[in-house]
Amino acid sequence: MEQFIAFTIIGVVTGSVYAIAASGLVVTYVTSGIFNVAHGAIGMLMAFTYWELRVHQNWPAPLALIVVVFVIAPLFGALIERTLIRKLRDAPVATSLVVTVALMVFLIGAAQGLWTQSESRQLIPFFSPGGFLLSGVFVTWHETITILTAGAVAIALWFILSRTRTGVAMRAVVDDRDLAALNGARPFQVSMLSWAMGASLASIAGILLAPALQLNVTVLTFLVINAYAAAMVGRLRSLPLTFLGAMMLGLAESYVTGYVQLGGAFIGLRPSLPTIFLFVVLLTMPEARLRAGRLLRTAAPPVPGRNRSLAGAGILVGVAFLLSFGMDAVWLVRGGQALAFGMIMLSLVLLSGYAGQVSLCQMTFAGLGAFAMAKVGADGSPVGLLAAIVLAGAVGALVALPALRLQGLYLALATMAFAVLMDNMFFPDRRAFGTLGNLEVSRLKLPGLSFEGLQSYFVLLAIAFALSALLTQAIRRGPFGRLLAAMRDSPVACATLGLSLTRTKLTVFAISAALAGLGGAMFGGLRNSAGATDFLMLQSLPVLLLVVVGGITTAGGALIGGIALAMIPVIQDFVGTIDGLNYLLAGLAALSIGRSPNGIAAMLSADGRPFKRRAAATQEPPPLAPGQPEEVTPVVAAPS
Amino acid sequence: MSLLQVENLTIRFGGLLAVSDVSFDVEPGVVTALIGPNGAGKTTTFNAICGLNQPTTGRVLFEGRDISAYKPHERARLGIARTFQRLEVFGSLTARENILVAAEIRRRWARGHYDVQAETEEILDRVGIRSVADERVDAIPTGLARLVELGRALATRPRLMLLDEVSSGLGEGEESDLMAELLVRFAGEGLAVLLVEHDVDLVMRVCSTIHVLDFGKLIASGTASEIQANQVVQAAYLGEADEETMEAAQ
Repeated sequence: MEQFIAFTIIGVVTGSVYAIAASGLVVTYVTSGIFNVAHGAIGMLMAFTYWELRVHQNWPAPLALIVVVFVIAPLFGALIERTLIRKLRDAPVATSLVVTVALMVFLIGAAQGLWTQSESRQLIPFFSPGGFLLSGVFVTWHETITILTAGAVAIALWFILSRTRTGVAMRAVVDDRDLAALNGARPFQVSMLSWAMGASLASIAGILLAPALQLNVTVLTFLVINAYAAAMVGRLRSLPLTFLGAMMLGLAESYVTGYVQLGGAFIGLRPSLPTIFLFVVLLTMPEARLRAGRLLRTAAPPVPGRNRSLAGAGILVGVAFLLSFGMDAVWLVRGGQALAFGMIMLSLVLLSGYAGQVSLCQMTFAGLGAFAMAKVGADGSPVGLLAAIVLAGAVGALVALPALRLQGLYLALATMAFAVLMDNMFFPDRRAFGTLGNLEVSRLKLPGLSFEGLQSYFVLLAIAFALSALLTQAIRRGPFGRLLAAMRDSPVACATLGLSLTRTKLTVFAISAALAGLGGAMFGGLRNSAGATDFLMLQSLPVLLLVVVGGITTAGGALIGGIALAMIPVIQDFVGTIDGLNYLLAGLAALSIGRSPNGIAAMLSADGRPFKRRAAATQEPPPLAPGQPEEVTPVVAAPS
Repeated sequence: MSLLQVENLTIRFGGLLAVSDVSFDVEPGVVTALIGPNGAGKTTTFNAICGLNQPTTGRVLFEGRDISAYKPHERARLGIARTFQRLEVFGSLTARENILVAAEIRRRWARGHYDVQAETEEILDRVGIRSVADERVDAIPTGLARLVELGRALATRPRLMLLDEVSSGLGEGEESDLMAELLVRFAGEGLAVLLVEHDVDLVMRVCSTIHVLDFGKLIASGTASEIQANQVVQAAYLGEADEETMEAAQ
């Protein structure tokens, strides 16, 4: 019994932290319509800031707390809303996801740069080591404070939302932004306020959580995924259900850890529990209702014709061949990495650029591809590549299955959860990647052809990229590509024409995963190895961000993105080692260019060819004021 | 038996009663209209027929079969096609591709072979958008984009077409006449056409039966002359006229 009480208390404490974090997520989501992937990163940054003031500058705890929770965090949240979020109103879900992912990656980079990671930091629990006995179980003051804080947050949110003018305005904005504006609420101020509140709640969660863990950038950031799971129980809307979900999750984690012996194969299960919980919640969610009348914003560039595609592919292979003679081993590896990353990014061109879906786990699929190549294609057999394609494609279909019937946001969250699951369960597993966490991967051998040499493998990678690009573009030109474009532009119209959206999305997701798997197998061959830490969720994010920067709607954009990702280490050499520079750069680049729909590739090709003319003709008109009749503007319907 | 039967349809959004106990039938071979002031529940009714809204109570029957629980794509496969008041065109595709993709979607679910290219060309001529066939649809005027949606609906070879404000954005006079002619021709081919339309003139010209909604309730049903003579309808529309004057004054 004592044991049960002890586990229950631990569960409630964990649940309380999740509840605080998740309620912040819900408040920002409902009032601004933007899901803040960076919520955990904000909590992390604020926990570090608190450490800086409390431990490093030796401020008294109450002062440091008040300054962080009530001054720095809200200001930071409001700043984010003002500079980034406000412009995202009515943007497609893919765009707003990319921006908040970029923010998250940027904050990770910033924190790693500001607080060197080699140093170990510790926050001491409040009033440590004090506490009291409850039916024979020792409860620390920190735990008590955590539970009380969650209660206080619940009461405060209830009071603010239902008893104050601002709160009522917030709820009105949720229902109908324009109507609320007509009635005197100021939607932008409300949205800014909600982001300030969200950041403040994130900081509380981060500070309460940090003493239990080492003050670690990624651990604290990823804790938010647990909060996602809790928020999902409340469908990202209901605060009471969110609190309930958080408690359920906290207790489940605690009981499983306490009562179930998790050894051997299931050692990774505990950190994966929230992820599994998230999947279960996604499975039980009702199908998203299709909605007509959202704002259309399509700025996809025209598809290059077959001849132009072939010419581009030919030029790429030719240039790579010529360059390969002038490059030393270091540059051949870098160039090869650029091409392999480019292939993985092509999978996102297909999935996001063409079909408008978002995946945050493409590197996981790449890892599966490298794994298949290592296990099946040990002698460089093409069967290994085939295995990579099949394995990644099949797993991709399985992952997408539960989330596809839901909206794009939930698919993205499911992919993120899946990546974390694989980070915990698959990649560290000795049976998968061996005791050293490293597999040997062979380079492809074809009958009569060997690509053992680095130079020839580099050229092979160029050919592989060119073929993948040709395939992607051929898909786009064909009936299936038209279908994808149609589905991206208007899912609801596709449904009323008789299309089963789920099947179409499943197909494109599987093809995209397969392509990423192929890229991963080729990537492994380049380095002759696949490491267990090469394909983590955190690596998938720069891949997504940089292909957006390069131009997620074109094959050229994928190449630019691949080159950018491969060149980050070069910049790192140049400016000296700064922790987290890769995240800082990827995040910054995506924040600055991420919202221009076709990236750098479009800017480069704007040289007077048809692309530019068409782009100019289809530039989106300025947002309409509410009440303006929709008929005056072609195609774009006024928000009302 | 009517092709489409709407039976005691009621749709509630939270506390708002959008459609209240509405019943009407739609016959093949004629144009039927659903008219009423803004916010009367016309589009909501359309959404319930094609599956985008779930009825709170009541049923939708197609050929006598209760399709209330069918998904939108399943209803489309039975032969229900629609256009949207707020355009849902495929903006990054050309007008021709918009129609082609609809024909290709049909080819995926319908049995048998047919030439999607030829069908597309035929539809381009039929709805009169050949002049913009190779333009991206997000760059053409709204009126023409509505015709693209109409052509796209035709490409599914429907038996019932739900046209939501299909003439708005078209010029008066000649273009409106062409639309009237087109609608009459569809009906002549045995299609059932259900219109939501603000252009009362057009409605009176082509519709054999008119249903009038006001505040979610069916307040009148009848032929054009019956509706024009109906006092209740006039009151409802006068009320709207007042609102419009007030809006204009703001």
